Amino acid sequence: MSVQKPFLPPATPLKPRLRGLIIGASSGMGAALARRLAREGYTLALIARRADLLDSLCKEINQAYEETRVLNYAHDVSNYDEVPDLLRRIVSDLGGLDTVIFAAGVNYPPILAKDNFDTDRQMLEVNLIGAFAWLNPIADMFQSAGRGQIVGISSVAGDRGRVGNAGYNTSKAGLTTYLEALRNRLTRHGVNVLTIKPGFVQTEMLKAAVGPTPFAIPVEKAANDIYKAMRARKQQIYTPWFWKWIMLIIRNIPSVIFRKMNF
Amino acid sequence: MPDEALIIYRANIMNTSIQLLNNFASLENFGHSLRASAYVIKPKCAEEISEAFQLAKKNGLSITARGAGRSYNDASLNGGGIVLDMSGMNKIINWDSATGQVRAEPGVTIQQLWQSVEPEGWWPPVVSGTMFTTLGGCLSANVHGKNNFKVGTIGEHVLEFTAILPTGAEVTCSPQKNADLFYSMISGLGMLGVFTSVTMQMKRVYSGLLEVDARPAHNFHEHLTDLLDNAPNYDYIVGWLDTTAGGKSLGRGQIHAARYLNEGEDKDAKNTMLLKNQTLPSRIFGVFPKSILHYFMSPFVNNLGTWGVNTGKYIASLPHHTFRESHAAFHFLLDYIPNWELSFGRGGLIEYQSFVPKETAEAAWSEMLRLSHKRGMPPYLGVTKRHRPDQFLLTHAVDGFSLAIDFKVTNGNREKLSAMLQDFDKIVLNAGGRFYFVKNSETAPESAKRFLGEDTIAKFKKLKKRCDPNGMLESDLYRRVFGEF
Repeated sequence: MSVQKPFLPPATPLKPRLRGLIIGASSGMGAALARRLAREGYTLALIARRADLLDSLCKEINQAYEETRVLNYAHDVSNYDEVPDLLRRIVSDLGGLDTVIFAAGVNYPPILAKDNFDTDRQMLEVNLIGAFAWLNPIADMFQSAGRGQIVGISSVAGDRGRVGNAGYNTSKAGLTTYLEALRNRLTRHGVNVLTIKPGFVQTEMLKAAVGPTPFAIPVEKAANDIYKAMRARKQQIYTPWFWKWIMLIIRNIPSVIFRKMNF
Repeated sequence: MPDEALIIYRANIMNTSIQLLNNFASLENFGHSLRASAYVIKPKCAEEISEAFQLAKKNGLSITARGAGRSYNDASLNGGGIVLDMSGMNKIINWDSATGQVRAEPGVTIQQLWQSVEPEGWWPPVVSGTMFTTLGGCLSANVHGKNNFKVGTIGEHVLEFTAILPTGAEVTCSPQKNADLFYSMISGLGMLGVFTSVTMQMKRVYSGLLEVDARPAHNFHEHLTDLLDNAPNYDYIVGWLDTTAGGKSLGRGQIHAARYLNEGEDKDAKNTMLLKNQTLPSRIFGVFPKSILHYFMSPFVNNLGTWGVNTGKYIASLPHHTFRESHAAFHFLLDYIPNWELSFGRGGLIEYQSFVPKETAEAAWSEMLRLSHKRGMPPYLGVTKRHRPDQFLLTHAVDGFSLAIDFKVTNGNREKLSAMLQDFDKIVLNAGGRFYFVKNSETAPESAKRFLGEDTIAKFKKLKKRCDPNGMLESDLYRRVFGEF
C-alpha cells in the first residue's frame, strides 16, 4: 500500500488545529457538531452510512471556509470488521487524533405495543455495539498517548426503562454505562470522557418519535452546549440543562409508582 | 480473558501488530507550541528500522525519524504516522583518541559525544546551542555552531555515514562515495533515508577552557560590524541582541568572541579537561536548584518583564572583559536553565531565524525589529551569528549573518504574530535571505521555493523519488513545506 494522503492545511504553532472524528455525522447532532467544530478550526473526519448526505455536508463546510476542514468516509457502524483499517486510515489522513465523538444512533419506536426483535437488535448494534467497535481501539490509543477526548451522545432515555421503547432505552443505558466505564478507566491516563444526555432535540429522529416531545430545542443549541462542555472537559451534561433536574426526579420515582405510569 | 488471549484479541482488532496500537503517543516540538500523535517505534538496530519500513508500507502509513525532539517546529513530528524514536540507537561504536575519529549510532547525543572525547583532549568541531540534540538530528538539519564562519556546518566534519533507504537499500556515503546522497541527506531533514551510523572527525584542543572576550555593541551597525570584522581573529563569535531597545539603540547588545587556547597556554590543562570541570552548575549560588528556575522566570516573560531583563542585561554587559570559560559553559547556553522553554507558558514559544547576506542584513533586521516594536510584539530573545555558505543541498547558510528571535505564543496573539511573521518573510526574502527549516515553523511553501530555487527543488525531488519511490518518509514539516512542490 502506498502512502496517499489527502491534502489538509497544515497545523503550526500559530495556526493550531485539533483533529476530531465524528461517527454518525450525516444528520442531527453529529452534523451540527461537525459545523460547529469546523467553525472552531478543527480538522474533522466525518463518518456516516448515508454517503450522499455526508458528501453534501462536507462540500458545504469546505466551501464555506475555502479550505479542506472536513474529510468524509462512508461506513455503516455495524460493519465492525471495517473499523480497524478505517480508523488507522483516518488517523493517518487527519495527521493525529485529539477528539472522538460517537453520535451514531438509531431509534425505531415500536409501532405496535409489542417490541420488535429486529429493530431492537438494530438499535443495539448501532447505538451500543457500534460504540464498542469504535471506542475500544480509540480508548487504547488515547490511553497509550496519555491524552485525548471521547464524547458519547447518549440520551435521557437511558436513565430509566420505560413503557414505550425498551430497545432504545436499553441501548442508551448501555452506552451511558459503557462511557462511565471508559471514564473510570481513562481519566487517570489524562483522557476526558464526556457523556451527553440530550432531552428532545429537533432532529430527524424526533420527527419519527411517537408521543409528546416537550421542550424540544434546535439542534444548533444542543451542539453549542456540547462544544462548551467539551472545552470545559466536563464528565457529563444534559442538554438543555434543565433535564438534569427533570431526570433527577424521574430517576428517583419509586418503582411502585413508576410501573403504574404511562410514559 | 487470559493475557495471551487478550493480546491476540487486541492484535486482531487493529488487524496489525500490537506495537502500533499501544505505541500511540502524543509528541511535541521543543517549544511546546505544537503537538501531534503518532505510533512510536524505538528501533535498536538497523534491521529494526527496515522492519519499521515494512510495517509502514503494509499499513499505508508514513514514517519519520525523531532524535531528541529538540527542533523548534514540526521536523520530528508525523501526525497519524509512524515515528522512529532513534534514542535507542545511542552507542558510540568506536572512538580513536589517537586520530580523533569517532563512529557513533545516530541516537548519540552531542552530550554523549563531547563527554566521551573531551577528557582525552578533543572537542566536537561543531555543536548546537543545546547538548541534548542527537547526531542524526544534527545531520538532518545540518546544524551550525558559533564557529560557522570558520568551520562550516556539522556536515563538513562528517567523514562517512551509513543509512537505510525506504527501498531497503543500505548505503555508505562520504564526500567521495555517493557524494550526491552525502550532500543531500545531510540537510535533507530525514526525508531521503534514516542514518544508521556517523563517522566524524573531532578537533584537537589543548585546554578545557576557551578565552572569551565580552564587549558591548551600542547599535545595530556596531553589532554587525563587530561580527564581520572580528570573526577572523577568533574561533567562535556570537552576539546577544537586546530585542526591546529602539531608536538609536536599535540592535544593541553584547558580543562574545572566543578562541581555543594554544598548547601550553593552560598550565592546568589536564585538570580543566576533566568532566567535573565541564559541567554546568546545577544550583545557583550553590543553593537554589536550577530545575525549578523556569517557574520564577515566567512572570518576566512578557513585554514589560522582557524589557526589564534585556535592559538590565545590556547595562551589565557594558564593561569590556576577558575571561576563561569551559567549553560546555560557553557552548550550551540553552542548557543553563533546564526547561527554560516552559517559562513561556501554555502556548509555548516559536523561534524565527533568518540568514541574510552581510550587505543587506542591517537594513532588513532594523526594519523587522522596528515593525515588531510598532505592533507591540517585540521578540523576547535575540541571538546573532556570522555565517558562510556551504554546499549542502537544502542549506540555510549565506555569506552574512543570522538572527534568531523568540516569541511567546498566546491564545490572543496567534493571528497578529502570524501576520507579522509573513511580513518578516517578505523583508528577509527581498534582502536575499534564507530560513532554517528546523526553527521557523511558519515558512510557507512559496517562501521556501523562492530561497531554495527551482533547480534545488528539482534536484531534491529527483533524489526523493530515487531513495523513496513510495513517498513513505514524510514528516509534518515535509508535508507543510514540500507537500505542494
